[in-house]
Amino acid sequence: MSATVTARREPSGPPARVSSRRLTERVFRIREFGIIAVLVVFVAITTAIQPSFLNEQNIQFLLINTTVFALLALGETIVVVSRNVDLSIGSVLGLSAYLSAGLFGEHHGIPVPVVFLAGLGIGLACGIANGFMVAVGRVPSLVVTLATLYIIRGIDTLIVGGNEVTAQTLPNAFTNIAHASVAGVPYVAIAVAVVIGLGAYYLRTFRSGRELYAIGSNPEAARLAGIGVGRRVFTAFTISGGIAGVAGVLWAAQYQTIDSLAGTGYELTVISAVVVGGVAIFGGSGSAVGAAVGALLLSSINSALNVLGISQLWLEAISGFLLLVAITLDRVISVKLAAALRRRSSGGGT
Amino acid sequence: MRRSAKRRLLATAVVLAASATLAACSSSSTTGSSGSGSSGSSDSGALKTGLKAYVIPKLLGAQYFTIADSAKSGGAIAGLQALGETGTETSGTAATPASELPAIQASVTKGANILIVSATDPTALCPTLKAAMAKGITVVTYDSDAPTCRDLFVNQASSKAVGDSLVDLMAKQIHDSGDIGIVSAAASATNQNAWIGYMKQELAKFPKIHLVSIVYGNDDPTTATQVTQGLLQRYPNIKGIIAPTSVGIVSAAQVVTSSKYKGKVIVTGLGTPDSMKKYVANGVSPQFELWNPADLGYLAAYAAVNFASKKITNAPGQSFTAGKLGKFTVGPDRTIILGPPLVFSSANINNYNF
Amino acid sequence: MEPDLNASAVSGGPGSEVPGGAAAALRAAAPSALRWESGLAVLVVAIIIFGAMVSPQFLTSGNFFNTGVTSGEIAIMALPMTLIIISGEIDLSVASTLGMSSALLGYLWAKHWPMLAIFVMVALLGIVAGLINGLLVTRVGLPSLAVTIGTLALYRGVALILLGPNTISNFPAGYTNIGVLPIPHTQLPYNVAIFAVLAVIFGIVLHATATGRSIYAMGASPEAALFAGIRVKRIKTMLFVTSGLVCALAGVLWTFRLATAVQNNGYGQELAVVAVVLLGGVSIFGGKGSLAGVVLAVIAFAGLQNALLLTNFNQEATGIVIGGLLLVSVFAPNLIALRRVGLPRWARFRSPRGRA
Repeated sequence: MSATVTARREPSGPPARVSSRRLTERVFRIREFGIIAVLVVFVAITTAIQPSFLNEQNIQFLLINTTVFALLALGETIVVVSRNVDLSIGSVLGLSAYLSAGLFGEHHGIPVPVVFLAGLGIGLACGIANGFMVAVGRVPSLVVTLATLYIIRGIDTLIVGGNEVTAQTLPNAFTNIAHASVAGVPYVAIAVAVVIGLGAYYLRTFRSGRELYAIGSNPEAARLAGIGVGRRVFTAFTISGGIAGVAGVLWAAQYQTIDSLAGTGYELTVISAVVVGGVAIFGGSGSAVGAAVGALLLSSINSALNVLGISQLWLEAISGFLLLVAITLDRVISVKLAAALRRRSSGGGT
Repeated sequence: MRRSAKRRLLATAVVLAASATLAACSSSSTTGSSGSGSSGSSDSGALKTGLKAYVIPKLLGAQYFTIADSAKSGGAIAGLQALGETGTETSGTAATPASELPAIQASVTKGANILIVSATDPTALCPTLKAAMAKGITVVTYDSDAPTCRDLFVNQASSKAVGDSLVDLMAKQIHDSGDIGIVSAAASATNQNAWIGYMKQELAKFPKIHLVSIVYGNDDPTTATQVTQGLLQRYPNIKGIIAPTSVGIVSAAQVVTSSKYKGKVIVTGLGTPDSMKKYVANGVSPQFELWNPADLGYLAAYAAVNFASKKITNAPGQSFTAGKLGKFTVGPDRTIILGPPLVFSSANINNYNF
Repeated sequence: MEPDLNASAVSGGPGSEVPGGAAAALRAAAPSALRWESGLAVLVVAIIIFGAMVSPQFLTSGNFFNTGVTSGEIAIMALPMTLIIISGEIDLSVASTLGMSSALLGYLWAKHWPMLAIFVMVALLGIVAGLINGLLVTRVGLPSLAVTIGTLALYRGVALILLGPNTISNFPAGYTNIGVLPIPHTQLPYNVAIFAVLAVIFGIVLHATATGRSIYAMGASPEAALFAGIRVKRIKTMLFVTSGLVCALAGVLWTFRLATAVQNNGYGQELAVVAVVLLGGVSIFGGKGSLAGVVLAVIAFAGLQNALLLTNFNQEATGIVIGGLLLVSVFAPNLIALRRVGLPRWARFRSPRGRA
């Protein structure tokens, strides 16, 4: 028995506005779903060629590799939806990784949570500096975070000198964090997934989160609507910095050898992940979940190339190409969506 | 609008003209003077003192080079000071030729008599180094060579010795049979490629050991980790990994430690004792090797001063004494070898702090 | 991004249409730009004095040669970048285009192509690279920040694929001498001479042609420019193509200077190019800035790095100096603007709001 699909005529007026919002949300959900679909298809193809891609060990590897990037993607999303960008996250990660993990060597027996707090603190300090300059100084975030990228990396290099934190100075309690798992899934991956879920929920549901979207869509209108733009943007950068700080501690737990080059170049990878994941570079739309999936996708491609034995030389080109495809697709979708909304508001049709 | 545009054009023109004038007025450019303040003539056998030497590692801030160069660790600058020369360490921070070249040029400008360089690229520094040599500046490379544009190369160990010993270390630990993989640095790294070449030759002696793959970690922990993971996934029966790079060996050992391959895969290669202590202790890397970077720098300093003082030429057979390290002889290809690699294991690793 | 504090969003009065707003924005922008260039000129002089004080070799022609050779390619790439940023876009793929051109140069040279044919191919590659950026930005309507982050990776990837792990270094000395020998009978490096010529050309285009005025207009107010009949899409595409071509030239110069074609040539330099342009007083929002400012910034940037090198300044801290300069370059105009608002006499003189 075939199901009949009846086209319902929506009356114009307030119900049309409600269904417009529903249409928009449906489209964005499809967009998020789309990237998950791409990920699934990609993993399926790779596993068909090389079954060991999807065995327990490799999934563990993959998830652990992705945790730091997914976390950074969350922080970057919060900043990008408000029409800003944070280029300093790589430098913040490096500084935090070295200073916090170095605490183990200087203060034997220091509890692990304290080290995490130290990393968080370092990140927050950097985030506050960025946020202050962007929000209060009214200076474009691209320039500010480009400058702090240089400055923080310079401070890190000066502090580290020629030293490094080496693995044997780190207690097992700390290093096990990155690798301990339950039923094959690393704890840290679960923890980061939960944090990202919370972050996405906050952005979508809480007023302050939604205001970030409003600021990203139209800063002037947001200001006129009474939103405390400066305050929200300041908070966004502070959170991004804090997240980068915590990510630095996780990085240290994972790699366990930290020098002055840790985290170099991460910012562009994270921004790629965020954009591939559906977050508009000029703000106003996108979700943290999408960004995390984008990070997972890029990680998977990297892992797949290695597992398949394809030369790593192709990785850069593929990532760049993927990014261009993603933003073109987003543009096409949003143009079609705008047209559909216009048709809808002029009355009639599902 | 027009007026301010004209003003801007004028400003630009003035600026450019001023720069051009500055350039055209050639005040005497400093040439590297050889042996400023030298005491003792070159053929009386005494080494020159008061020479200005610049030590230029691939990058600043890498522990390996800090040890190789600094006075505190007994490296190159210690050697220079022992001979009565002035030594300064300088370089960029990016380990690329573009980052290293300005430091080399500035050293020449400041009147260097000696350049001790670890080359970021075998040929990219050549135009500048050749010009320096033409000015009479002694150019000695250490750790990483630029074969066509230096007077001497001080190699940590002969490439053959490194390649052979790494294979022998691995063979001993996997009992002469099994699959192995190599985690290297950048695909274009001259040192690693030379060592790998000799490794392949030495492997011919072990018919039951099979090299399944070479992957490149680019001396970046994230990349090295991922290529090691890929290697293990592609060849899960692998018995050992040779990583002839101090970043790669740590990443490989870390991956094995944190995975189900711990206890099944042995990691060896070139690494600094401090960074590998954990993996010696947990059995993932019972033996690996390196050399003392400080000795390398120290030897490079002595070689450079001897050459600059014309006590030796760079012909094979010339010999000199390098202070506390003893007597050394110039070998083929104007290369001086420090000595055989030093093997680290649980027996001796705690004696070292670098 | 937040609206620019300096761009006048208010039109001149009830009668003036949006074009008046754009022109008013330009008028408001002009004085502060000149103020910034004077500041830069002072900075350059200060750096020269600083350099001369800390090192007797600073003012020698040999040192000038080194400085010019080191920063030549970045300076050259900063020129089209200036126009692109003024027009309201950005191009982060410059260093990757440089690398890709270098890789093609090495690849074809290894295949024994004649050098002239190689130059033509490399130029074509640069044009195509710029065209891809330009079309994606103007025809598909994508934000240039995202597009050029994508092409940054894509073009670097192409360089990697072309050359792999290989290094090509057997270029004829006639070409590679540009890294060590100046132009005969002068002390000028070839890079600097090329930069000077290009700077004059770009300066004339930007400040003395209708295209240049259009570039300012589209940066200050894209809609206004469109309504004023300016061919925004065509000009922006041309700017990206020019950037691609100039970066290809920079790639050739870089390769010859280092006598080496290797895939990581120019790696990471894009942010340095952007930093230099921003230091030159060009607003990241578009519509404001001058080429003279960028030329001065190039000199300041190169001179400062060189002076610090000569003094044994800890090279690890140069990043802090550059980041600090960048911050100053954006804070100073804001501080100046705040002062302007506080002095009604100045405000009435400068801002069209004062009229009526």
